[in-house]
Amino acid sequence: MSQLLRVEGISKEFPGVKALDGVNFELDRGEVLALVGENGAGKSTLMKILSGIYSPDAGRIVIEDQEVDVTGPKAAQQLGISIIHQEMNLMPHLTVAQNIFIGREPRTGPWLRDAELNRRTKQLLDDLGVHLLPTQNVGNLTVASQQMVEIAKALSFEHTKILIMDEPTSAISISETQVLFRLIRSLRDRGVGIVYISHRMEELHQIADRVTVLRDGQYVGTRRMDDVTDDEIIAMMVGREISAAYDDRQEVRTGSADVVLSVRGLSTKNLLRDVSFDLHRGEILGFAGLMGAGRTETARAIIGADPMSAGTVTVEGRELHISGPNVAVKHGIGYLPEDRKRHGLMLEQDVTFNVAMASLSANKTPLGFLREGRARRVADSFIKSLRIKTPSNRTNVKTLSGGNQQKVVIAKWLARNCDVLIFDEPTRGIDVGAKEEIYKLIKQLADDGKAVIMISSELPEVLRLSHRIVVMSQGRVTGTLSPDKADQESIMKLATQNIEEVAA
Amino acid sequence: MTTQRTDEDLADAGTQSPPGESVAAAGARTGRFAGLGQGLQQMLAFGTLIALVIIFFIASPNFLTISNLSSILLSTAVIGILAVGTTFVIITGGIDLSLGTAMTLCSVVTGLLLANAGLPLPVGVLGGIAMGALVGLINGFNVAILGLPPFIATLSMMLVAQGLALVLSGVRPIYFNDVPGFSRIALGEIIPKVPNAVLILFLLALVAGIILRKTILGRMTYAIGSNEEATRLSGINTRRWTLAIYTLAGVATGVAGVVLAARLNSAQPQLGVGYELQAIAAVIIGGTSLLGGRGSILGTIIGALIMSVLINGLRILAIQTEWQTVVVGMVVLIAVFADNLRKRRAEGGAHK
Ligand SMILES: Nc1ncnc2c1ncn2[C@@H]1O[C@H](COP(=O)(O)OP(=O)(O)OP(=O)(O)O)[C@@H](O)[C@H]1O
Ligand SMILES: [Mg+2]
Repeated sequence: MSQLLRVEGISKEFPGVKALDGVNFELDRGEVLALVGENGAGKSTLMKILSGIYSPDAGRIVIEDQEVDVTGPKAAQQLGISIIHQEMNLMPHLTVAQNIFIGREPRTGPWLRDAELNRRTKQLLDDLGVHLLPTQNVGNLTVASQQMVEIAKALSFEHTKILIMDEPTSAISISETQVLFRLIRSLRDRGVGIVYISHRMEELHQIADRVTVLRDGQYVGTRRMDDVTDDEIIAMMVGREISAAYDDRQEVRTGSADVVLSVRGLSTKNLLRDVSFDLHRGEILGFAGLMGAGRTETARAIIGADPMSAGTVTVEGRELHISGPNVAVKHGIGYLPEDRKRHGLMLEQDVTFNVAMASLSANKTPLGFLREGRARRVADSFIKSLRIKTPSNRTNVKTLSGGNQQKVVIAKWLARNCDVLIFDEPTRGIDVGAKEEIYKLIKQLADDGKAVIMISSELPEVLRLSHRIVVMSQGRVTGTLSPDKADQESIMKLATQNIEEVAA
Repeated sequence: MTTQRTDEDLADAGTQSPPGESVAAAGARTGRFAGLGQGLQQMLAFGTLIALVIIFFIASPNFLTISNLSSILLSTAVIGILAVGTTFVIITGGIDLSLGTAMTLCSVVTGLLLANAGLPLPVGVLGGIAMGALVGLINGFNVAILGLPPFIATLSMMLVAQGLALVLSGVRPIYFNDVPGFSRIALGEIIPKVPNAVLILFLLALVAGIILRKTILGRMTYAIGSNEEATRLSGINTRRWTLAIYTLAGVATGVAGVVLAARLNSAQPQLGVGYELQAIAAVIIGGTSLLGGRGSILGTIIGALIMSVLINGLRILAIQTEWQTVVVGMVVLIAVFADNLRKRRAEGGAHK
């Protein structure tokens, strides 16, 4: 039988960046091909070319021995290519059903048949085992549910031959990931070819048959997943050895007695119930739990982004009423939001603008003029220390790859020099090399006497970095563990505690 | 309102999703308020309308008379028709400032065809509407194909239409005294006591409501306003739909032009500026979001009624026109504020 997809010599240049340089790869029917590479390696760009969003400067795309020209998203759909984009692309004011079937609504002439639309959507969601109502507004869903809507949408095309998933699991929890993997396997068994992009090594072993590596826009190689170790893949990705990537054990330090931040009985109208914990100087406090457990809500309530209905927040021994993020920053509490595109970045502005955003007071003259030069130097130093891949500090952050955008958010808060830093999913969508650098940074911050809260859904990193781990479930703290006593299992048990009780 | 819109539009001009969505999707929220929100805002607007009627009724016995009510409805007709059309544009996240002068241009075209050229009535009416459609098409072309910010594109069109109306008419009103039956389009009463202009408004609103809720065009209107980039990435030709939406709004402008001419029994080339702001105000009072993605025709009709009840009532109470304008401005402000409050409550108090 003919080969499903062959990509030859694809090149693409953006102003100042050669995003892709003569890339090749092949995809067979019924296989899952992992596509990996550092942030900015060109993975998303390559997939956007396949799905008709960008046109390549050079190269050929051959589907079943036919050279094709993917002129747009519609053409891609007609060729049987569907894609889940890295950045979510949903219409928040429309319902789940309306989003999934956008542009393909069942209708009679110009008339929409909404009953049919909802029926089909329900069928699809049931088949996928996704518990969402077709008539729910997407804007009201959690990030994880929105991601499931994206996935359902991509799977709703009946004639999909090639399915591209650009970091589909970056916003969903372990149980949802397992649902997704089941789906991927059943699609694979039906002969669909799947390109799977992820920065999570453990996922690749579970799901991929082969792995193709890109580095700086160039094709490095392809291996069978069975024949290759993580370290080999990483070496291919970064072109150098990353030492101590996985055996770097944290030194356990008991948090010093002086409490920097103390939260008691924190509740909100919708979710949180009686959340209490202490954060010490020099401590990294991990927050684990499933999506929607209330970790982000806790952070938002502390910094005053959402109102709390009960409870107290005490900073350095003083009980404070924090009415908004600006007040929180004044008291030295910084929050790095999980959804960088919505809450973390000014997408239309350049790197310097974004890095300087949280520390404007340090970058202005007494009269209020901005110290442009100083801000640019600060930005440059972070570009170097965090290895942000960008042509210059004047580049629009919109054009950076997802992982590099995340690094800009981190730089912004590091520049502010807060005493308490709340990282919400700091390594989401970040490549292995950069993750290590961010871990190092977080550790360094703690060693320098800062207090860090790290909310993360990646248990390995919580286990590795935290001095103590707070586990939440359904808006409550269900346990606080020390990492030498905790493992993935004990955390998951606490994280699902209430859910099981309710179900029983 | 106008100046604020400039900034948003310039910001929107790129391919990014509209701002303000941040409010919509913060964390774990139930879908409880999703369907309710729209209805709530409409109920609020409707409650305001009823309250106004009661207040004016208590304040003046002349308010709640058949003839005054009929005159309120009649004065709602033109603004209402414009507002219904431009609701579509605003839901896409766009804005149309050329409404008022384009409407005048349509009146003038109808005048030229009927009064000057002596063509049959239907030709004049269709000619006026076609002129509106053409203006809408050009607006749509400038926005969707050339990628101009709607604010700029329609501001230019506002001036072009104004100039053309003056040139074509020779800066003189065109009277329809020799066109039998023309004024009946607005003032005749197929249903007793209900001027035809009002009938036209409600029929148009009904059709527009159905289009918005039940047809693919309506779905695309919400989708584009909600997240244009996402809509485009779904394989939809957003340009073509945007073009269609602006053209549709243009048709409504044409209808408004014909109705206005019929009501005045003349085409007044000097008239028109200011109508667009009143129409946009009605849309906003009715709960349609300037940021796109949200809105309804029913809300717009209620909004238009609130405006004309307010103006009529203030007039009956013998309040100076200057102060009437101030009050209308404040009502728009309150409407937007109420909308914000509602949104915040629906999200359990997220963000600022
Ligand atoms: N529209 C654009 N304009 C300019 N440069 C761009 C554009 N899109 C991508 N780039 C650049 O092309 C390079 C490749 O980006 P791409 O998004 O494909 O990386 P990626 O491999 O998907 O990274 P990540 O793992 O962070 O998602 C990056 O240097 C990025 O800054
Ligand atoms: Mg990417």
